[in-house]
Amino acid sequence: MEILKKGQAGTMQSSDLMVTVEPADRLLIEIESTVKKQFEHLIRAKLEEVLAKNAVKSGKVSISDRGALDYAIEARLEAALQRAGGA
Amino acid sequence: MARNSVGREIPETFAGKKLIPYSDPWSLQPHAERSTRAIRRLTHNGSKLVGGLRDAIIASGLKDGMTISTHHSLRNGDYLLNELVKEIDALGIRDIKIASSSVHIVHAELIPYIRKGVITAFECGVNGPIGELVSKGELDCPIIVRSHGGRARSLITGEVPVDVAFLAAPYCDEYGNFNGFYGPSACGSLGYALVDAQHAHKVVAVTDNLVPFPAVPVGIPQTVVDFVCQVPRLGDPKKIVSSTTKVTTDPIGLQIAKYAAMVIESSGYMKTGFSFQTGTGGISLAVAEHVRNMMRKGNIKGSFGCGGITGYFVDMLEEGLFEALFDVQCFDLKAVESIGRNQKHVEMTAGTYANPFNCGSVVDRLDCAILSATEIDVNFNVNVNTESMGYLLHNTGGHCDVAAGAKVSIVVAPSIRGRLPIVRDEVTTITTPGETVGVIVTERGIAVNDNLPDLKAELIKRGAPVKDIRQLRDEIYSVTGIPKPVEFEDKIVALIEYRDGSIIDVVRQVKP
Repeated sequence: MEILKKGQAGTMQSSDLMVTVEPADRLLIEIESTVKKQFEHLIRAKLEEVLAKNAVKSGKVSISDRGALDYAIEARLEAALQRAGGA
Repeated sequence: MARNSVGREIPETFAGKKLIPYSDPWSLQPHAERSTRAIRRLTHNGSKLVGGLRDAIIASGLKDGMTISTHHSLRNGDYLLNELVKEIDALGIRDIKIASSSVHIVHAELIPYIRKGVITAFECGVNGPIGELVSKGELDCPIIVRSHGGRARSLITGEVPVDVAFLAAPYCDEYGNFNGFYGPSACGSLGYALVDAQHAHKVVAVTDNLVPFPAVPVGIPQTVVDFVCQVPRLGDPKKIVSSTTKVTTDPIGLQIAKYAAMVIESSGYMKTGFSFQTGTGGISLAVAEHVRNMMRKGNIKGSFGCGGITGYFVDMLEEGLFEALFDVQCFDLKAVESIGRNQKHVEMTAGTYANPFNCGSVVDRLDCAILSATEIDVNFNVNVNTESMGYLLHNTGGHCDVAAGAKVSIVVAPSIRGRLPIVRDEVTTITTPGETVGVIVTERGIAVNDNLPDLKAELIKRGAPVKDIRQLRDEIYSVTGIPKPVEFEDKIVALIEYRDGSIIDVVRQVKP
């Protein structure tokens, strides 16, 4: 899918995250997280997995994470992508 | 470097001190006389009143390189330490070491004075930003974290010689008798200050409430107080309360409390003479509520409640569920109000509470105690000092003292906090050694240390969700993923001292 406009999903509450996706020339992932030192590798892997599943080739994905678990990351990114996909 | 018995590399020296690596909780023996200080004689009918804080510093003879202390009974409402350091700076005195009973977030005001060289070391643990900056390498100031019992020990043995103790005295007369029970800055028990009053080389009572002689009941007596000085305000007692003082409503917390209550019920100690300690958090209070109901239902008269005392314990005393409360510090205003009124609500020194080097401290008489944890490893070692970024953010309090003393020490914690697995392969910092930790209670199950086989069998018999601690870890990791360990530089910025003075762990500077 293609990111046509800005899409956002999530909250800034503990154990949740805010995902913002925007159009961009290439694929860019920006991670800010309260557990970055211990979990950046797993957060990035999960984001990349969901982006690949949705065939996203370009766009800027920024997350502000408050210690969300994988399923929350997946759900929030899916929602943000759907909101950014036009229609 | 030597490896201690819990696998941590301990240097030979730190900040000029020779270190003893931790080996076990029991065998280290003291080789010291009780510390001494000069006997003083006050000029006949002399006055101890010296004016304000600056006059008291001058009168005390405080000089470059000396060590000062304050008590933390006003906790985050304390004004004295910040004011004191400002005055010390104004007098041009430098290279002061702080050996207070604890340092709180409010004392972040000291940071510029550390940068300036007024303060050059902490002979005590710290809560909040000072530890964080030291961990990041942005502040150069060695810290030795001590437990409540360990701090008392270090003053009593003379390992930490306090040159001048400036003790907040909420109800004080001009001859230096004081207590913490009354006045605008009443904080209740002066459990920590009682140690300084006996061992500091000079003792200054600092008050905002000078009352006509005699200030009774006498907590700290005129015989040990050199000077009395006055300040506009010692602090704000409303800020004594640090965390929630209400029973949790969080379903995870309630589940943990229910399991912890099962542990207490299965321990065999819930009978006449039961003794108990718990903290101030929402889960701890939920456990206390279960305990109260068990005692009522079984018509059980307990022996004593101990530790930092909350209004919850006061209610249990007044209901007749406990014979006495031993109070080293009041955790809320209801406890402050009670200690001045209830004869069986007893002020207890930090040494009596938890010093391992005496003929038996009160923690040794505890049956069950509820403790918290930031992290727990598969060997039951507990960390309460450093957080997920590796920063030193919390003082030890009585954690390792109570764990060592209580017959059943019960660590309660949610299994996950914001993706962080609480039970894990390794803890960032070892505060309390696993061999003194009895039971780990999470909402996902209960892990019992092998040294309590009877309790484990009883819990299984009662259908409690007992799990091997490695099984618990695996279940948690399957939800959170396996965390990468925080990376550290070689530089050691703080020591974690065990209660007997040996070094159980170090805190290293965190890699940026």
